[in-house]
Amino acid sequence: MTDKVTLTIDGQNVTVDKGMSILDAAKQIDVRIPTLCHHEDLCVAGNCRICVVEQKGKNTLTPSCATPAEPGMEIETSTPKVRKARKDIMALLVSEHNTQCTTCYRSTNCELQDLAAEYNIDNDIYISVVKPDLNIDKSSWSIEKDDSKCIRCQRCVRTCAELQHVNALAVTERGKDMRVSTFMHLPMNEIVCTNCGQCITHCPTGALTERRYYDKIWDAIDDPDKHVVINTAPSVRVALGEMLGYEVGTRVTGKMVTALKKMGFDSVLDTDFSADLTIIEEANELLVRLKKAFVTKEEVALPMITSCSPGWVKFIEHMYPEHLAHLSTCKSPQQMFGALTKTYYAEKKGIDPSKIVSVAGMPCAAKKYEANRPEMRDSGFMDVDAGLTTREIGHMIKQAGIDFLELEDSNFDSIMGESTGAGVIFGATGGVMEAALRTAYFVITGRPVPFNDLNITPVRGLEGIKEATIKFEDCLPEYSFLEGVEAKFGIAHGLINARQIMDQIVEGKSPFVFIEIMACPGGCIGGGGQPIPTNDEIRKKRIAAIYEEDMNKPIRMSHENPEIVAIYEDYLEKPLGEKSHHLLHTKYRKRKRY
Amino acid sequence: MTSHKLRKVDVIFSPYSVAPYKILKDTMQRDKNEVIQELIDSGLRGRGGAGFPTGLKWKFAAAEKSDIKYIICNADEGEPGTFKDRKLLVEVPRKVFSGMAICAWVTGSTKGYIYLRREYRYLIPKLKEELALYEKHAKEFDLDFSIEIFLGAGAYVCGEETALIESMEGKRGEPRNKPPYPIQDGFLGKPTIVNNVETFASSTMVFRYGAKEYIKLGTDDQHGSKLFSISGDSPKEGVYELELGMRLDEFAEEFGDGDTKAVQVGGVAGFCIPRKNFKDTIIGEGNTTGGSTMIFNSTRSMYNVLHNYLEFYAEESCGQCTPCRVGTQQLLKGIEAVKNGTKPPQYLDNLIKLSETMKLTSKCGLGQSVTNSFSSIVNNFREEILF
Repeated sequence: MTDKVTLTIDGQNVTVDKGMSILDAAKQIDVRIPTLCHHEDLCVAGNCRICVVEQKGKNTLTPSCATPAEPGMEIETSTPKVRKARKDIMALLVSEHNTQCTTCYRSTNCELQDLAAEYNIDNDIYISVVKPDLNIDKSSWSIEKDDSKCIRCQRCVRTCAELQHVNALAVTERGKDMRVSTFMHLPMNEIVCTNCGQCITHCPTGALTERRYYDKIWDAIDDPDKHVVINTAPSVRVALGEMLGYEVGTRVTGKMVTALKKMGFDSVLDTDFSADLTIIEEANELLVRLKKAFVTKEEVALPMITSCSPGWVKFIEHMYPEHLAHLSTCKSPQQMFGALTKTYYAEKKGIDPSKIVSVAGMPCAAKKYEANRPEMRDSGFMDVDAGLTTREIGHMIKQAGIDFLELEDSNFDSIMGESTGAGVIFGATGGVMEAALRTAYFVITGRPVPFNDLNITPVRGLEGIKEATIKFEDCLPEYSFLEGVEAKFGIAHGLINARQIMDQIVEGKSPFVFIEIMACPGGCIGGGGQPIPTNDEIRKKRIAAIYEEDMNKPIRMSHENPEIVAIYEDYLEKPLGEKSHHLLHTKYRKRKRY
Repeated sequence: MTSHKLRKVDVIFSPYSVAPYKILKDTMQRDKNEVIQELIDSGLRGRGGAGFPTGLKWKFAAAEKSDIKYIICNADEGEPGTFKDRKLLVEVPRKVFSGMAICAWVTGSTKGYIYLRREYRYLIPKLKEELALYEKHAKEFDLDFSIEIFLGAGAYVCGEETALIESMEGKRGEPRNKPPYPIQDGFLGKPTIVNNVETFASSTMVFRYGAKEYIKLGTDDQHGSKLFSISGDSPKEGVYELELGMRLDEFAEEFGDGDTKAVQVGGVAGFCIPRKNFKDTIIGEGNTTGGSTMIFNSTRSMYNVLHNYLEFYAEESCGQCTPCRVGTQQLLKGIEAVKNGTKPPQYLDNLIKLSETMKLTSKCGLGQSVTNSFSSIVNNFREEILF
């Protein structure tokens, strides 16, 4: 039973669930109240004060985001008192802000800028109190932090604590010196940060941004000696459109490929290919571990956990350094792609690998860090020269003067451009698990996984931790040891959920054999490099687009990808073979908790 | 408005004519509802500054259902110019503990804390001795309520009850959104009563003398006696217990040095009253009741006084909400700019409007009360700010 309360907002009666904020109640009757510190993903802060409203019977104004609706409340959202107060608060925020909007990466995608424009804030009302000694922290490979643009809304702090449980960012000092900083004010590359970039997608301004690499990429494209290859992740194609005039949840795969080709990339390839490859390697790795556990009774780390998400990988390295053996040794699709670009691709195409510039178009901030890991040089070069976010790609398309809406579709280039629906769904939480099960079940039993249309629905959706149980029956002789086994599979997204999964493992109570973990809420479609804003409504639409793309693929199991079949025949020989080990697998390192 | 002649009284600071723990014991023989009603009838208001009716707070807390309730004695005496709580803890701690214990008994609380300002940590050995004595009595009376000392870390804002609770929970001392109020959802999410040191001591004296006697002191609006921390240009600096409701001109005559230009009533969160308004100002009515009174004589520059306040605010704001964090900086920079001529005199009017916005929109009493001292100084001593 939910209690209802009825209140009046701007003279209109509205009945809402008890406990709902005045802000959300107002939304129900299409009364818009401006917000800055509020974000749907996060707990209430009530600190920017821009959402104040007038409440009958109260002398002070009421913060609508932080005040629950009460029966009989009479709220006015646009009185002279409210408008004047909001304008004053905006003017104060602007006085504390570095207002060089023309040079800001977030210009035109900035909540402060939008509201400042709405209230027409005169820069001269108040004296600037921007701290002159604030430097931009560019130390991290992934994240840039510019305190002069920070409005102290603490959305990043709450994101890092509530969604990710990393607490890399915290509020320090007080009063005029209050700011968001790191442990001991250390630079961003020296702290315990997973580079997931969720702080970026939750930042209302340009205070937190990804470190941009697109100028470097333009230079490479412009260099006739260089062969520039880009591979784009599955979740980029369902989100990129948001930056270029499309509705949320529009698939723009073909147009994206056309745009990248027009921009001058020599080859536009598909990360889904290496996602399929990851599945083959990872499924086989799992089977080897299971065989060791069941047949030869060797000591082996189970459950095995996916390693595609570099934010997650760095998280476990910091937080659970004693449990790294659980991680699959498979590189992420990005890094597999990079290693193969400068070996297999180079060989097939007859291109000197030293002339190849390998670029990854990713929904991710942590991918930038991953590309720069010293161990990611198995091709003899930097396997991936640069990781670009979806946002950077959107910017580059605009910089190239391309009218995206008018583009024709085109296909990915070959080789390493062919993919299956299994590779596509890597972009959504549960997708890697689903793709792996489609293949693993087939390998074990010789039959497709027993779900309608191969859609393993229990692993889908936005619930923080999901699980699925699959019983193996009529196994092929080689896998008879799995006959009748009911295996449990776990999926977590958002690092706070990953922590729960890990705590179970530490206590020896994990019921799972295989776990998929993605650092970002919703998986890659909600990644730290995706268009801003991101919230659950948007995540759901992007996820729907991912599964649409999957359903539209003629091949939906990784092992049936003809290019995957070919690469094993021509080059890698067999899953977990010597070449695979050299190019497609990696090691992890223990990192400090502090 | 009614007023009294200035009268020094001896209620809170009277030596223990009746032992405080006897008051506790006697009170515990009575009906709980009757005890709460007596406190309501006494008209006692919170002595920390905000002035919420104490009896009502206890009544609400008593009505809350919870497995545990907490009682916190706010001894984070941080308001500039106040030092009466320290004196209370030194001289009549048993009245304070007894008040806490009565509160615990009527509200059903089992755990109490004294949130002690870090600068007062030298009081701890003596307080611990006194607490041991209290525990002995509590045991004797079969009262399940223990008191512990918690040391603050020195932030002004932690005197605000929800910031205080945050800091006790090991978090940054930042005020919470209200509602919920601490009575519903306070320390560790449990119903919590936070009262000032003096409030607890005064409540003991209410039960000592009865509401009928207690209410005879003071005016129609403010009842009882109150401790005043008097500082500044006064030959008689110190803590005095006065009946509430005296006129400020009498006060200045009694405690000033004969050259009093202004009195800051209620600490920096209170109002600065110029001499011309002394006759019309009754201490306790319409003003905060924290008890800090700072006396300024004609040698003082009110610009410096205000500048000092604003520097204090810009440092001590917790920084979380916009109006307080940036507003305090703007007021400070603003009066500097007007003084040195980079902003015109009319800019002061913008600043007064800004301080009103801060009052309307700040999250807690800190930002909300800046306008009190700011407007009263700027309006009354405008020429001193300008020239």
